[in-house]
Amino acid sequence: MDYILSILGPLAEGSLVTLKLFFITLALAVPLGLALALIRISRFTVASQAVNGYIWLMRGTPLMLQLLFIYFALPFVPVIGVRLPDFPAAIVAFALNYAAYFAEIFRAGIQSIDRGQYEGAKVLGFSYSQTMRRIVLPQVVKRILPPMSNETITLVKDTSLIYVLALNDLLRAARGIVQRDFTITPFIVAAGFYLLMTLVLTWFFQRLEKRHAVYD
Amino acid sequence: MPSMTERAPVTSPMTSPMILANGIHKRFGTNEVLKGVSLTLAKGEVVAVIGPSGSGKSTFLRCLNHLETIDAGRIVIEGDVLADNDASGHAHYVADTEVRRICARMGMVFQHFNLFPHLTVLQNVIEAPITVKGIKREVILPKAEELLKKVGLFDKCDAYPSRLSGGQKQRVAIARALAMEPDIMLFDEPTSALDPELTGEVLRTMRQLAEERMTMLVVTHEMGFAREVASRVVFMDGGELIESRPAAEFFAHPEHPRTRAFLESML
Repeated sequence: MDYILSILGPLAEGSLVTLKLFFITLALAVPLGLALALIRISRFTVASQAVNGYIWLMRGTPLMLQLLFIYFALPFVPVIGVRLPDFPAAIVAFALNYAAYFAEIFRAGIQSIDRGQYEGAKVLGFSYSQTMRRIVLPQVVKRILPPMSNETITLVKDTSLIYVLALNDLLRAARGIVQRDFTITPFIVAAGFYLLMTLVLTWFFQRLEKRHAVYD
Repeated sequence: MPSMTERAPVTSPMTSPMILANGIHKRFGTNEVLKGVSLTLAKGEVVAVIGPSGSGKSTFLRCLNHLETIDAGRIVIEGDVLADNDASGHAHYVADTEVRRICARMGMVFQHFNLFPHLTVLQNVIEAPITVKGIKREVILPKAEELLKKVGLFDKCDAYPSRLSGGQKQRVAIARALAMEPDIMLFDEPTSALDPELTGEVLRTMRQLAEERMTMLVVTHEMGFAREVASRVVFMDGGELIESRPAAEFFAHPEHPRTRAFLESML
């Protein structure tokens, strides 16, 4: 018991890195994903196809590879080549990757809204952007909560990939202690941390779903 | 109703009809659904459009407020041209902002209501005036409440549409359209999705509107409504306007054999 208490500190520190990556990724990937979805369903064929290709690229290659590419290879790419420090590189990779998944969730949500809603708004004089903001997207939020819940829970666990950039997230912190003390207890405690985070997320999304169920 | 009397005067000459549709052609792919339909509505007229399903009556209505675009023909709303033929006989629409401005004078009620499910009854009514017209909430609120009282649903203000019956939904949809103070109301089979015992309450609301001299174009299967409320009845079949006459005359002495055949089949 004392041993567990003694490793809680370093693991909590690792959790902070994990949570920081999680929240910043969400804050960037959700709006970016929405923007991508809107371009994807727009009439601008070239832009729509470009987004399509982007989504294919981001979903078609491992996140780990994207992470390594942005950190190690991006500096050597002409024109856009920049050398990013490890944590910002992780943020960029995660945000770009998750935006692609969120874009598909948003697109499915937007396209599931009945055409009658657009017509109802149109005959009342709503412009396209007013229709989206006031009528369509508020209904989309409710429909995409289950897949969004899925995706954010996956994100919590995917954050552990940043160990390849030698960032001290929760899992890497646990592994360090395992190697130092020759005991697997830190892994079990780390699992507890992850479970706690996903539990909070699950609870949060259930509450959101309940709140949006009032108009069912 | 202050909303009816305080309405801004129409800028166009009083002589111009509320709706003027001339030679409207519309095709979906190779299927020509409107083959040159013409119709004129004067102020305060209530015109019922009847006809078998697939006759193009709903499409015609939807063309008038730009839910469908026409291929050829001319549409003029209260003296303002919405679409007109060019030299080669293809219809062209005026600029988008102008289209929106003109179409804003027409309210529409759909067969399937198209209420906004995430908004309460009251919010459904005040959303467009606030978002589209920029009217302040405290200004529109009393008017919305008045409209809801008029359609008999003031007690359902805070209910969501999912809690309402079909007839109640349609009455909210009428109130929602009226909140934008339209000069013309278009009804696309407003009672077709309703249980028979619920059509009466919707028709009563529409009759009340007709008595207030609202200009109305109603696509309907309700012969009773067409006979009692409409000032004129129009019969469409196969994408053509077959007959257009005052309601009493229309039912007493249908002229065209296709009209007669249709009316007989309805009995």
